[in-house]
Amino acid sequence: MNGSTGSNPPLTLEGPYCIGPIGLDRSARSGGGDRPETHPRKGVLVIETVEVTKRYGETLAVDRLTLSVPPGRVTGFLGPNGAGKSTTMRMMIGLDAPTSGSVRINGRRYGDLRYPLHEVGALLEAKAIHPGRTARNHLRWLAESNRIDRRRVDEVLELVGLGGVARRRAGGFSLGMGQRLGIAAALLGDPGVLLLDEPVNGLDPEGILWVRNLLRSLSAEGRTIFVSSHLMSEMALTADYLVVIGRGRLIAEGSVAEVIASSSGNHVLVRTPDASTLAPLLTEAGGEVTVDRDGALLVTGLDCPRVGDLAAAGRVTLHELSPRLASLEDAFMELTRDSGEFSNTGPPASAPPPSPLARSAPVATGEQAR
Amino acid sequence: MTVTDVTTESPSGGVTPPAHHGLVGVFLAECRAEWVKLRTVRSTMWSLAVTVLITVGLAALFSVARMSRWDRQPLAQRLLFDPTGFSLNGIFLAQLAVGVLGVLVMSSEYATGQIRATFGAVPQRGVVLLAKVVVFFLVTLVVGEVASFSAFFVGQAIFASKNLQASIGDPGVLRAVLGGGFYLAVIGIFGLGLGAIVRRTAGAIAVLVAFVLILPIIVGFLPSPWGDDISKYLPGPAGNALFHLRAQTASLSPRVGLVVFCAYAVAAIMAGWVLVRRRDA
Repeated sequence: MNGSTGSNPPLTLEGPYCIGPIGLDRSARSGGGDRPETHPRKGVLVIETVEVTKRYGETLAVDRLTLSVPPGRVTGFLGPNGAGKSTTMRMMIGLDAPTSGSVRINGRRYGDLRYPLHEVGALLEAKAIHPGRTARNHLRWLAESNRIDRRRVDEVLELVGLGGVARRRAGGFSLGMGQRLGIAAALLGDPGVLLLDEPVNGLDPEGILWVRNLLRSLSAEGRTIFVSSHLMSEMALTADYLVVIGRGRLIAEGSVAEVIASSSGNHVLVRTPDASTLAPLLTEAGGEVTVDRDGALLVTGLDCPRVGDLAAAGRVTLHELSPRLASLEDAFMELTRDSGEFSNTGPPASAPPPSPLARSAPVATGEQAR
Repeated sequence: MTVTDVTTESPSGGVTPPAHHGLVGVFLAECRAEWVKLRTVRSTMWSLAVTVLITVGLAALFSVARMSRWDRQPLAQRLLFDPTGFSLNGIFLAQLAVGVLGVLVMSSEYATGQIRATFGAVPQRGVVLLAKVVVFFLVTLVVGEVASFSAFFVGQAIFASKNLQASIGDPGVLRAVLGGGFYLAVIGIFGLGLGAIVRRTAGAIAVLVAFVLILPIIVGFLPSPWGDDISKYLPGPAGNALFHLRAQTASLSPRVGLVVFCAYAVAAIMAGWVLVRRRDA
């Protein structure tokens, strides 16, 4: 770790959030979930990876990743582009073999499953489809391979809204239609577990809303859903539980609230005519104080009541005292920014930014959200 | 949109796997899937139609040409005339159509990314490859025999003008005509194996053409005994022994030719099997 995860870099006037230590609190999992579990099956983990590593030549795509997906919930799998999400999901369904470590689904290797579509449905790439085959025929061969009733094909086509184009060749499909066909394929065997890699990619707002509602209702039926995204805003709306990775490593894991809480982006904003008196008091009490453009103090490490008490004790007048909670977006940006730094082996200060991929993704995410 | 109507009995981990849990059951289901795959893309119909068309069309063309010049041909050539083998010479070109289709059975899955759906649905990759081989072999065998028998009868009808025709009941003729269809089916499997090894359509077709058409030419440049000794063991010449009655210069016997020819296809499938299981999809 050569970055600054342990100390706070200077806060610029533009950037209102400090970078601080990140809680890698895996024990927090049991308290997670901002809504009740529909199918609580304690102790059963649907998907589990243990110290799994994937190396492509020199590139370390996944680095000793240990994560678990609890049953009956929507688990969001987050990370910037290139973080190893897709690789991890490919290993989960046995397409890529881990360099080391193990991956289990319902306690077994995927390769040991017979007719796996009845247990696990996966959408890994929208267009894993022969362009010359019709949507219906694509689902028909999938159904045959897993002894799924032929009627089910038309059922899922209707479900994803492709009933009207079932006999059209998939090569002419838009990205959104391809995505819907991929989701239909994942649902074909009526599986209890769904793995979806960036399912809203390429969808229009209506399609995004549709996927979101679909995930919610599938989850309400008690299915386990593991869905990857680089869009925090999307996950904030759909996921109950989050797993955040960067550079192939686990960065944080927990409920949405926990991930936000683990971010040090939370701070207290204080406006006072007497900043020069208050600031040292706060610093003395263990807070980190910076001044924003308007002269307001941004305090991290102290909560509102404590700041208020300190001000009262120091007889400082306050004009404003308000907590500023980081959004999920902010938490994510901060978490993944750090992951970029600690895996950068070059000299941190003088060297060019490590990987444009790892850096630009969270920034883009943030911009999109604003 | 609600999804409640989709759910059957037990969604959460409520797995209702089919009864046929053995690998044989998995294989049979995958065979049906491969059959659906094969007949739901246009390239299959085209390639197979072209195979029959070339085999029969060239048989007619060459036979008519040969008969028109028959009286002016030297005696030696007339004596060596093999009406059965000659009517099946269209297979030389038709084998490319079948071979390329065999390549596509594997390589198009890699090119389109569909291979991930395939291995996601049936993670037993060896079973997938075997199902592809069996289904594709049976389909091309039927089509190959149709082409071979049609070409034979068209050819003999033309040779009848000079009273040169062979009868299907003559010694070795049925074996040769059946061998022609079999040759096409095995070339298809050879192509399928190359597709599994190389994964890229263009690369696999290049290897196929090199083995079947180019290598015999190259080997022909070698000095006398070596060239013939090596040439007869190449897939093309070895396979040709299957559908020719009269042994051409330095060719293997039909029986040895069959073994050598099939060995190429089996070797390609075995190598493909090892690689498909080991590589990431």
